[in-house]
Amino acid sequence: MNRRTFLQTTAATAVAAAAGLPARAADPLKVGFIYVGPIGDMGWSYQHDQARQAIAKEFGDKIVTTYVENVPEGPDAERALTQLALEGNQLIFATSFGFMDATVNVAKKFPNVKFEHATGYKRADNLATYDARFYEGRAIQGTIAGRMTKSNKIGYIGSFPIPEVVQGINSAFIHAKKVNPDVEIKVVWAYTWFDPAKEADAAAALIAEGCDVIMQHTDSTAPQAKAQEAGNVITFGQASDMAAFAPMPRVTSTIDNWEPYYKKRVAAMLDGSWTSESTWGGIGTGMVKIGEISSAVPAEVKAEVEALESKLASGEYHPFTGPLNKQDGSAWLAAGETPDDGTLAGMNFFVEGIKAELPK
Amino acid sequence: MILGGIDIVTLIATLMAASTPVLLAATGELVAEKSGVLNLGVEGMMIIGAVAGFATAVGTGSPVLGFLGGAIAGALLATLFAVLTQVFLSNQTATGLALTMFGLGLSALFGKGFEGVRPPATGKVPFGPLSEIPGLGRILFSHDWVVYLSLALVVAVWAFLRFTRAGLILRAVGENAEAAHALGYRVIAVRLMALAFGGALAGMGGAYLSLVRVPQWTEGMTAGAGWIALAIVVFASWRAGRVLIGAYLFGGITALQLQLQAAGYAIPVHLLSMAPYVLTIVVLVVLSAIHRRGVQAAPAALGRSFHAST
Repeated sequence: MNRRTFLQTTAATAVAAAAGLPARAADPLKVGFIYVGPIGDMGWSYQHDQARQAIAKEFGDKIVTTYVENVPEGPDAERALTQLALEGNQLIFATSFGFMDATVNVAKKFPNVKFEHATGYKRADNLATYDARFYEGRAIQGTIAGRMTKSNKIGYIGSFPIPEVVQGINSAFIHAKKVNPDVEIKVVWAYTWFDPAKEADAAAALIAEGCDVIMQHTDSTAPQAKAQEAGNVITFGQASDMAAFAPMPRVTSTIDNWEPYYKKRVAAMLDGSWTSESTWGGIGTGMVKIGEISSAVPAEVKAEVEALESKLASGEYHPFTGPLNKQDGSAWLAAGETPDDGTLAGMNFFVEGIKAELPK
Repeated sequence: MILGGIDIVTLIATLMAASTPVLLAATGELVAEKSGVLNLGVEGMMIIGAVAGFATAVGTGSPVLGFLGGAIAGALLATLFAVLTQVFLSNQTATGLALTMFGLGLSALFGKGFEGVRPPATGKVPFGPLSEIPGLGRILFSHDWVVYLSLALVVAVWAFLRFTRAGLILRAVGENAEAAHALGYRVIAVRLMALAFGGALAGMGGAYLSLVRVPQWTEGMTAGAGWIALAIVVFASWRAGRVLIGAYLFGGITALQLQLQAAGYAIPVHLLSMAPYVLTIVVLVVLSAIHRRGVQAAPAALGRSFHAST
């Protein structure tokens, strides 16, 4: 058998499998994952993999999970997704924003495989999206930052200027400003999700500029290590608890908790009730968790943010509540008004008061 | 000294530290390539050095031993490459790529227990009053010893290749292995040593990442630094002095763009990030134009397997 016929047979078998030939009852459901970083990043990809392990344990021999780590956003993602589909995975989770178009393309090619894309906005009959309201966690971080900063300068390491990240910067700034009108925010774009050396350099540059609070929307713990070295800088665990850096510099964290969602979706696959939908959960649904607030945070600040957390959880308070203006001074939300999810999901502007310019 | 909102002194001090890993790796690769072997496994050797150096430093509490451990691990991996390509005559390009993947995987395996661990601090060299000199003190006398070692190594490699008999033999092996062999030099032995030296320096560069620059162990933390080191060697047209310029330029552009952003400049990050690679291509074109009739900049036997016919 030469290479070409081998490939053809493999592809044919896989297509036949994907086309839903009657599966034997004993066949376990195959669930695939692709991660943008290594599972050892101790942040974003680590957290997705924790949830994968949890479902593997929960469903036992009813499912088989596979993952591919370190998949770059771009053409490689399409290859990795295709590979997973050809291997017979029937439910595939693509866990980074930049996998969006690749997932859309592969979903078209495999109409009988179900796809789930994290943090994106493009859906199809066999492609669902899911996301967490990270900006709720940023509201808590912003409040702590505003209360605890001495230099009134907050440093923010952004990954890419996409809505998910912009929401976080705006939310952090709004809530810091609310408790500390003198606060300003400095943003450095790293243009990567995962590059410990670059993230460390970005943190160092912000600290050199006088920032004593560092927030990150990148996946490694490098900025935490850099802040620890500086001594008097506070940080927040990103995506994962990053408890190794508590009580200083990490004073609390926003934890992405994908476990309940993955359980729900796998269960839906098993009983045949899976449909394409969009899920956007926050603190209220348990998709976003706030990590333990460390002893470095003064008691009254801790009480203040705990009250804020319960108001966010109950839905009584929305982090983007008017009156709010856009950066150029034009009106965005009237007093008491809150944006709908569509507006939020497409957020491409900074709010009034942020001096940094948003790259196009 | 502030220029356009950028603290030049901080910038230069930062870029020296930020460039040290690629400077070390590129200096090592320069020696390896001068002996006529193209080792594309720099990334793999760096990351093995990063994890081994980190583990040794955490285990012994001594950063010096950590750097030594990183160097040994890098050299071991390079020796594996050397045995495969020089003794078993495997294809250098393919083996180098495999070495990178092997290093990335192996380091992830060994590194599992070291995530979230804090390494012992690598101290600054105490220069006393010298480091108090405004401007210059910060730039020249405020670093840890590895930065000075990396600079000393560049000078040493330059002097070795230019002035010593051993350096001449190494270059001869890299330019024309058959001729060197005919003269009675042991081509394979020379290349083994050059590769081990290159691996040791790459490992040390990796250890600098995990022990000083980040400082922590994270899987995949080199994130392409090894490839940059390879590009720098080409950019430098195989000259030690230019390796230094290349490394500081590449490192400097990264440090500069992050500092510019922190200072509030809206800069075209993509253009700046692209600049080193565009420069490398320009240098290659210029070099080939200059050398059209003369000697090529690259060692003539680079990437070619050598087999002594009895």
